[in-house]
Amino acid sequence: MRFEDYKPSEEKHYSILNSNGQIITEEDLLSFSEEELLYLYRTMLYTRIVDEKALSYQRQGRMLTYAPNIGQEAAQIGSAYAMEKEDWLVPAFRELGAWLIRGIPLKNIYLYWYGNEWGSYMPEGVKVLPVSVPIASQLQHATGIGMANNIKGENNVVVTYVGDGGTSQGDFHEALNFAAVFKAPVVFIIQNNQYAISVPRKEQTASETLAQKAIAYNMPGVLVDGNDIFAMYSATKEAIDKARKGEGPTLIEAFTYRLGAHTTSDDPTKYREDKEVEEWEKKDPILRFKKYLQSKEILTEEWEKNTQKEIEKEVVYTFEEIEDKSDTSIEDIFNYQYETMPPHLEEQLEQYKSFLEGGK
Amino acid sequence: MANKLNIVEAVNQAMINEMEKDEAVVVYGEDVGVEGGVFRATVDLQKKFGKKRVFDTPLAESAIVGTAVGMAINGLKPIVEMQFMGFSYPAFNQIISHVARMRNRTRGRFTVPMVIRAPYGGGIRALEHHSESTEALYSHIPGLKVVIPSTPYDTKGLLIAAIRDPDPVMFLEPKRIYRAFRQEVPEEAYELPIGKAKVVEKGEDITIITWGAMVRDVQKASETVKKKGINPEIIDLRTISPMDRETFIESVKKTGRAIIVHEAPKTLGVGAEIVSIINEKAFLYLEAPPTRVTGFDTIFPLPRGEKHYIPSPERIAKTIEDVVKF
Repeated sequence: MRFEDYKPSEEKHYSILNSNGQIITEEDLLSFSEEELLYLYRTMLYTRIVDEKALSYQRQGRMLTYAPNIGQEAAQIGSAYAMEKEDWLVPAFRELGAWLIRGIPLKNIYLYWYGNEWGSYMPEGVKVLPVSVPIASQLQHATGIGMANNIKGENNVVVTYVGDGGTSQGDFHEALNFAAVFKAPVVFIIQNNQYAISVPRKEQTASETLAQKAIAYNMPGVLVDGNDIFAMYSATKEAIDKARKGEGPTLIEAFTYRLGAHTTSDDPTKYREDKEVEEWEKKDPILRFKKYLQSKEILTEEWEKNTQKEIEKEVVYTFEEIEDKSDTSIEDIFNYQYETMPPHLEEQLEQYKSFLEGGK
Repeated sequence: MANKLNIVEAVNQAMINEMEKDEAVVVYGEDVGVEGGVFRATVDLQKKFGKKRVFDTPLAESAIVGTAVGMAINGLKPIVEMQFMGFSYPAFNQIISHVARMRNRTRGRFTVPMVIRAPYGGGIRALEHHSESTEALYSHIPGLKVVIPSTPYDTKGLLIAAIRDPDPVMFLEPKRIYRAFRQEVPEEAYELPIGKAKVVEKGEDITIITWGAMVRDVQKASETVKKKGINPEIIDLRTISPMDRETFIESVKKTGRAIIVHEAPKTLGVGAEIVSIINEKAFLYLEAPPTRVTGFDTIFPLPRGEKHYIPSPERIAKTIEDVVKF
C-alpha cells in the first residue's frame, strides 16, 4: 500500500470494496480462494447470529449484560484473518469476530458473558488474552508481549484492539509510545464505531482523524473503511508484515459504526438519530460482502439459507449446553488467587463451607 | 563466600544472582540502565547483562507495569522499578486490574510472575511524594504479595524468592535504612520464604509486631524498656500479604500484650488488620488492648516536620510501658 498513499491526517479512507459490493482498487485485492471467501462470509454470519441470539437470550432473562458487535464484523474478521498461527491477539471486549477467527470456541465466549471465569480459560495454543474491560489498559500488554518477542528473538506479531473512546486514555498514548520506542511488533487497531457509550467521536478528541495520532509517535497510521473486509485485511496484513520484519508498530483506524447498543444496559435512541443509523445500515459490512460474492457467483441463496440454519443450530446448542450448568464452585473462587492457597484463604474457604453445611 | 553488604547492595546482588541463573529475568524502569537507578540498586546490571535485558524506559509508570504484564504472559520474568513508591500510583490501574487478577480471571491459563520494586517510607529529608508508606493499599488487593525486608540478609533472600515466585510480588524497600548498616550476606543465591515472619528478639512481657525501617527503632525502644525490666518479643513481619498470622498469634498467646508499630497512617492501616486478627484468635489471652504506634492520619510532612511523624524509639518505649502497666 498504502501507508504512503493514505496520510493519516487527511480524511481519506483506504477502501477496496464499496458499499455496492464493487471492487474499486483491483490491484489491492489479494487473491482469496472461493473457499476462503465463503469461510470469511460464514464467520461474519456466525458473528451476527451469535450476537442476535445473545441479545434475545438477554431479553428473555437467560443471559447477563452483553456487548454486541453488529456492524463491526468486517473490521474484526478482516483484521484477525491477516494473522499467522503464532501471532498474539490482545482484545478489548468487542471483538467477537476476531475471537472466532483466532479459534476461541463459542462455548468460552458464551460462558464469559454468562458470568463464569472459565470462559477466559483459552484452549492450549490459542494465543488470545481475555476480555479487557478497563479501557485501553490492554494495549500495554500488547506492547509488552511485543517487547518480549524482541528480547527473546521471536518473530511473532501482536494485534490489539481499542475503541474510539479508548484513544483518550493515558494508557493508549503510553502503549503507542513504548511500542514505537522499542520497535515492538504490534498492530494497534482502533475500532472507531463513532460512540463511546453515548459520547460521539467528535467530542472525544479534537483530532481530525484517530489515525493521525500515529504521527506523534513516528509510526505509520492509516484510516481504513472498517466495513470493508478486504481493506481491513489488506491494511492489517501490510502492518503485520512490517512488524514481522522488525519495522515496528502501526496504527490502523477502522472507520465503522456500532449498529446496536454499547451493551444491553444502554439505549442508543437517547443519543443518536434513527436517520443516522439507517444511513449506516446501508453500509452494513455483511450486505456489502454478500453483494460482492453474489456478483462473482460464489454465493447462492441456498448456501446462505442452509449455512444460516446450520449456524443457528450450533449456536443454540452451545448456549443450552452452558445454560443452568455453569454456576461457579466455591473452590474455584478461592483456587486461583495464588498458585498455592495461603492459610488465611484456606480458613475463609473452610469457614464458608462449614456455614453452608450448617455446621459449627 | 560472604560479603558485608548493606540493603541496597543486597538488592543489587539478588538481581545479579537471578539474572545469571535465569535468562528470562529482565530489569527495566526509569534510570535503571546507564545510571543504575537513583538509589544505585541496579548499578552495573546493564554492563553485565546488556541493554536487551536491562534498559531504561520512557517516563510512564503505567506502561512500565502494563508492559510487564505482557512480558510475563509471554514467558519473561520482569523486575520493574518504581523510582519511589509515591510514583507507583499511575500504575495502580494496571496493578489492581491486571497484575493481581490475571491468574484468577483466566483460571490459571495466564499468569504474571513479576516483581515490582519500590523504595518506600520516610525519614530521608526528601521532597513531596517521596516519603509515604502505602503498603496497606497494595495489601488490600487479592492476588498480590507484598514483601518488606529490614536487613541486608533478608533483603537478598526475600528478593530472590520474589523473583522465583509464580505470583506477582510488590517488593517494598525501606529506603531510610538502605545504607544504614552492613551484614554478612552469602554471595550465592538463597531464598527466604515469603509469608513467614521472623522473631527478631525473644521476650515474654509484650509482643511488638513491625516491619521495614521501624524494626531498628523498635529494637532501640526495646533496649530502653529492658532497663526497666520489660522484655519485649519483637516480630518482623517481613511479608505483609499474605501475612504470617501464626507467628504473632503464638507470641501474643504467650505475652498477653501486643503493640503494632508502623510508619503509615493509623486508620485502616496494616496495624488495624493485625489487631483484628489478634482479637479473633487470641482474645482470651489478652491482658491489655492491642495498641498501635503509627504515623498520624495526616499527609506526611515535608522534611522540617518529619521527625514528629515517624514513631520515634521514645514514643514506642512510652507505649510499651503504658501497655505493660495497663
